[in-house]
Amino acid sequence: MNVEKLNLTLKIWRQKSINTPGSFVEYKISVSPDSSFLEMLDDLNNDLESKNLEPVAFESDCREGICGTCDLVIQGQPHGPVPKIATCQLHMRNFRDGETIWVEPFRAKAFPIIKDLIVDRTALDKIQQAGGFISVNTGSVPDGNAIPIPKDHAGLSMDAAACIGCGACVAACKNASAMLFVSAKVSQFALLPQGQPERYQRVQAMVKVMDELGFGSCSNTYACEAECPKGISVKNIARMNRDYLMAKVKAE
Amino acid sequence: MIKLDAKIPEGPIKDKWTNHKFNMKLVNPANKRKYDIIVVGSGLAGASAAASLGELGYNVKVITFHDSPRRAHSIAAQGGINAAKNYQNDGDSVYRLFYDTVKGGDFRAREANVYRLAEVSNNIIDQCVAQGVPFARDYGGLLDNRSFGGALVSRTFYARGQTGQQLLLGAYSAMNRQIALGKVKVYARREMLDVVLVDGVAKGVVCRNLLNGEIEKYSAHAVVLATGGYANVFFLSTNAMNCNTTAIWRAHKKGAAFANPCYTQIHPTCLPVHGENQSKLTLMSESLRNDGRIWVSKIKGDMRKPNDIPEEERDYYLERKYPTYGNLSPRDISSRAAKEAVDDGRGAQGRDSVYLDFRDAIKRLGQNVIEERYGNLFEMYETITGENPYKIPMQIYPAPHYTMGGLWVDYNLMSSIPGLFVAGEANFSDHGANRLGASALMQGLADGYFVLPFTVSNYLAGDKPTLVKEDHPEFVAVAKSIDDMTNKLLSIKGKRTVDDIHKQLGRLMWNKVGMARNEKGLKEVIGEIAQLREEFWKNVNVVGDAKDVNQCLERAGRLADYLELGELMAVDSLHRNESCGGHFRTEYQTEEGEALRDDENFAYVGAWEYIEAGKWELNKEPLEFENIHLATRSYK
Repeated sequence: MNVEKLNLTLKIWRQKSINTPGSFVEYKISVSPDSSFLEMLDDLNNDLESKNLEPVAFESDCREGICGTCDLVIQGQPHGPVPKIATCQLHMRNFRDGETIWVEPFRAKAFPIIKDLIVDRTALDKIQQAGGFISVNTGSVPDGNAIPIPKDHAGLSMDAAACIGCGACVAACKNASAMLFVSAKVSQFALLPQGQPERYQRVQAMVKVMDELGFGSCSNTYACEAECPKGISVKNIARMNRDYLMAKVKAE
Repeated sequence: MIKLDAKIPEGPIKDKWTNHKFNMKLVNPANKRKYDIIVVGSGLAGASAAASLGELGYNVKVITFHDSPRRAHSIAAQGGINAAKNYQNDGDSVYRLFYDTVKGGDFRAREANVYRLAEVSNNIIDQCVAQGVPFARDYGGLLDNRSFGGALVSRTFYARGQTGQQLLLGAYSAMNRQIALGKVKVYARREMLDVVLVDGVAKGVVCRNLLNGEIEKYSAHAVVLATGGYANVFFLSTNAMNCNTTAIWRAHKKGAAFANPCYTQIHPTCLPVHGENQSKLTLMSESLRNDGRIWVSKIKGDMRKPNDIPEEERDYYLERKYPTYGNLSPRDISSRAAKEAVDDGRGAQGRDSVYLDFRDAIKRLGQNVIEERYGNLFEMYETITGENPYKIPMQIYPAPHYTMGGLWVDYNLMSSIPGLFVAGEANFSDHGANRLGASALMQGLADGYFVLPFTVSNYLAGDKPTLVKEDHPEFVAVAKSIDDMTNKLLSIKGKRTVDDIHKQLGRLMWNKVGMARNEKGLKEVIGEIAQLREEFWKNVNVVGDAKDVNQCLERAGRLADYLELGELMAVDSLHRNESCGGHFRTEYQTEEGEALRDDENFAYVGAWEYIEAGKWELNKEPLEFENIHLATRSYK
């Protein structure tokens, strides 16, 4: 294990609330390379608190890369410079001694800033409330093995379902489009027999709400896939577009 | 003295739940919309309860401190969920799942509850499949199973290593459907800070809005707490950063008995602590112990690198002490053995960790086989530690993981406060003194989907609770007490940070109320915790404002509760003069170092009643084993 500490300059976005302008504030910190990025921020906050200064507001919960709560833009990239991990899985050994690190919130019209590095991502919940479910009541269902599901279909569905709902795809997109997120949700159900009865209604309802909430359009740059901590494929977007078109045709 | 009536239905164990369901009162469908129910917490238990109660027609208010209900810590469960489907034709049955769970819990769980859990387990799988949970399938398209500890059958259903995530997203989607239908309303970013009682009956909760600090009042006909466990009392645990005991602890202080607080589960294969600023511990799947060999140096204070220590100077202590089970010894035994080695000064390069070595397995099977089996885990290990486990042995150490104790509930999952129900890890009911792998997800969903919809309805139809307005003097008084506490915390302006004190509490708990406990240590720690609590209230520094996003204040409020709960855990550990499951008293062990139960004197649930800070009264619910005979738990 490493003993040498890294001396770093942090430029962290501080903003009191949505209504007040924010700016980068500089902090110096010395940190163990074994520390995680968020533990470094914990350290910084502990130091600020001990000086009676207000800590940097940021969010995290599981710190295992699965809950999707953490959401920082580090060195200009959502979840930082290491691919396929969430911010909480980023460790300081990926930075060099003396480096300056820029830390910002996810920026998108649909994700208003709450304070410092915390943004409001309830728009993602609203899209799912519009149809991201299969309509079954508790208890009124057949045996789990009543409908066999081909192994590869279940696998593809699981690939899409692995989305942690962090919103990095939105933050990465120059148009702040939520297509990767929504298509992952749509695909999970579209790939399963249980999802068929509501398949075409679902895609229309979810896309409609997505558009209403101020997310941008998809222009196929694939930045979303590149920054997704779970490696969700843009093939899901193609699948969603196909279903959406089919839904329109069927509606005629 | 609280009267503990478990309300276990009459009749043979197989018929209890069926008979009880028939005997319960029903609410007229047209009247259901006249009832409001609050569900606090949106993990597996909370989300499944909210969705199911909403479907029945009740108005459900869900309160969560997360920004989205989908982020509750159930999401981090990896392994799987048990059910007695017997799809593998390997001899499983509801009765066997019941038996394994009672035995796994070291005979400290209530038989009737465990039987019901096993009975509804199959419905859970069906429900989740119908919701679109992409469980693993075999080539014929049918559901696949894996094996887990404490069972000789293959009954664990899974979705890769993300079963908790998929089950939670299933429950969340069911809840979303009810939100769309207007039956469930989610109040996110609210932390419940107290329960409101009128004439001793739960009538609602008071929360702090985490966005603006406003104290908000919510009234209802019944309240469900599904707020998880309290392992973060140790500061370092596998729980999420925000998991806390505040909801159940404040309910406890209002009169809900707290049962078996000393039953905590320490998981043997977690990543070790890297330094003082560590924020949490990461679990590595126990499956690694199938091929990895656990060892430390035979020499005390050996600072050599592991690969420089020759074979004859290595102590494969699990294989030495437990030749039959070896590296696959049960969780509690493996955890304690690692602690003994470290306490003996033989930790890996002087650290609090032991080696988990794949050298021999790689030699025997080839690196590609090991990569196939554990590739993801090896990658995760390298991401976190920066070391390549194919070349250098992993370092692991046990960590607090789950708490079997919780608020006492009767068979209906109602606490000792009428109208206050408790579900999932927050209650004490099903796992006894030790929980088996893949049983936490099962219990959370059993409570939410299949128990509460019946028992809450029965309460509403039978007790006919009335709705109290949110300007009722009790609501006003509770809101004021919260304001007072907030102001007090903000006005201390001491010298120590919240985390600094929490870390100290964590060390006290880990050293003296952790894996191995003894009378002397427990007696000392009770005083030490009380002293630390006093220091907290004099010397903590909580910065920021009451009426703003204030994470420092949030953490301070939670720590205030841990400083009380920690003491109760020690008090409970001290009173229980036996070892069972996750509670190990060094004075009570067999010659082989196994937990030594005292069934004559301790076959009961210890339910503590809060009198005042640092003072509790013990109430006992005797446990009767009519179906499974009390026996020494042995996996040899």
